[in-house]
Amino acid sequence: MSLKILTEHCSTPGIETFEVYRKKGGYTAVEKALKKMTPDEVVEEVKKSGVRGRGGAGFPMGMKWSFLAKPEGVPRYLVCNADESEPGTFKDHYLMKTIPHLLVEGMIISSYALGANKSFIYVRGELMYVIRILEKAIEEAKAAGFLGKNILGSGYDLELVVQPGGGAYICGEETALLESLEGKRGNPRNKPPFPAVKGLYQSPTVVNNVESISTVSWIINNGGDAYAAVGVGKSTGTKLISASGHINKPGVYEIELGLSCDEFLNSDEYCGGVRTGHRLKAVVAGGSSVPIVPGSLFLKTANGEDRLMSYESLSDGGFATGTMLGSGGFIAFDETACIVRNTWNFSRFYEHESCGQCSPCREGTGWMQKVLNRIEHGKGSMSDIDLLVDVSKKIEGNTICPLGDAAAWPVASAIRHFRDEFEWHIKHPLEATKPGAVYAGAVLV
Amino acid sequence: MTENNNIVFTPERLAKVQEIIARYPEGRQKSALLPVLHLAQEQFAWMSQGVMDYVASLLSIKPVEVYEVASFYTMFHLEPVGKHVIEYCRTGPCVLMGGEEVFGHLQQKLGIKKGETTADGLFTLKEVECLAACGWGPCFQIREKYYMHLNNQKVDEIIEELSK
Repeated sequence: MSLKILTEHCSTPGIETFEVYRKKGGYTAVEKALKKMTPDEVVEEVKKSGVRGRGGAGFPMGMKWSFLAKPEGVPRYLVCNADESEPGTFKDHYLMKTIPHLLVEGMIISSYALGANKSFIYVRGELMYVIRILEKAIEEAKAAGFLGKNILGSGYDLELVVQPGGGAYICGEETALLESLEGKRGNPRNKPPFPAVKGLYQSPTVVNNVESISTVSWIINNGGDAYAAVGVGKSTGTKLISASGHINKPGVYEIELGLSCDEFLNSDEYCGGVRTGHRLKAVVAGGSSVPIVPGSLFLKTANGEDRLMSYESLSDGGFATGTMLGSGGFIAFDETACIVRNTWNFSRFYEHESCGQCSPCREGTGWMQKVLNRIEHGKGSMSDIDLLVDVSKKIEGNTICPLGDAAAWPVASAIRHFRDEFEWHIKHPLEATKPGAVYAGAVLV
Repeated sequence: MTENNNIVFTPERLAKVQEIIARYPEGRQKSALLPVLHLAQEQFAWMSQGVMDYVASLLSIKPVEVYEVASFYTMFHLEPVGKHVIEYCRTGPCVLMGGEEVFGHLQQKLGIKKGETTADGLFTLKEVECLAACGWGPCFQIREKYYMHLNNQKVDEIIEELSK
């Protein structure tokens, strides 16, 4: 069994309650941090751990914390991004509903480190039942003296607020999230200024993902060096992977970064292999936004080396032959999956979720969806394929926030690796539009 | 606008609104907008102009500040809905798990298409994007409850249960 930093106690009955969580060693990290460490020492441990943002961007969390401006007399805020909406990703959902105190404890220590006295957890509105679980956990922690005024006699005050979203993927982008938290439409802001300087209510703000913050208790209990000793290279620690699609055991798995992709897919400890009786066609390794790759390029790099579940290995080969770890939203496709239909589905998602602020994204996502729709429904022409590539290039890099890139990459990568399947749809519309019809020429693993 | 007269929160919800406003720094009561809109939808079922104007008055903001937000976020219903709003996920991972077939069956079972409400006013079908339950799909949501690992038979059972 590999090391479980986040999920060790997830199967313990009653772990959602303060009592059981505390019995399993919960909140000892708060005691250690508030009684024995200065805020800067906490920041230092998190820096040493090398833990990277688990929402998708993978930016080192300790470094993000160290950018926080600290002008005199201005409040600072910590906001937890629990707006998990990236297709293929459901790990934060799992973590919050199963072991809510892990996030609450992480929020207390992180807020202390950053000097925030009011912190927010912004949860996607659809997860109202999870919001109620978190609110209960906060009440319990408060009753036990771990939240509120003068926590554990340390003189440190903290209030924790859970904020519901309203159903908008874009609010997972940190500046859109802050706009939303201020009661506005979720339109991302131009950067700079970065939230670390002007964030919530124009005050210095750090925004971190649920999983990132949930690592903090372990790091404080065991030390940043111990965390950094897990994993491989700059991919330190463990990562939650949401596994879905055509595998035997969909679910949320905690892996040590650096695990081989083959083991993750085929071992019974994780996905349990491709659906019995089927073969692997393609993989989305890190949520719908990252490039889709053929199964063979998920398992091995272009140089024939074993691919590992790490930030570096998954991106080996760049976009030509690699992909990204992203949010850890792993989706497997077997030979029954239609790449054109899936690409159209994802492009419809991005069209729906574009906030409409930047023309390349607002118009481009709509165009990609329309062109993919006509190819999927037997009305495409060969020039449509290059048109899609052209539109995707015109979106990429030309928008305020990364949603434009996120919309462009799945389309560009699907055409890069599965162009013959798009051509087959266009050349054989009658055949391709039969219910359940799938291109027979795909290379399977 | 005239319907405003009938639009008043229950005393419990009015107290809740005050509690929510108190969560934010002084003068930042607009932050309460999304939580209060959720409360409003809980009581009034959908966002009529009267409801949105009422919310604006409670938070001392302009009505347009409510309209532009309620229309941006997909959870808020801008038209009347049935007693049970079934919000089913149409996104890739749920489709891979057989979502299209299951939700096709659901539409047949209810005799309505996405966006429609049954004649008896019991069910409204709404197609939504990813609900962050991809490994547990196909899934849909009715109010706060998630229904997961759906298949045709489970859909039949849920509909029959809710029709009682």
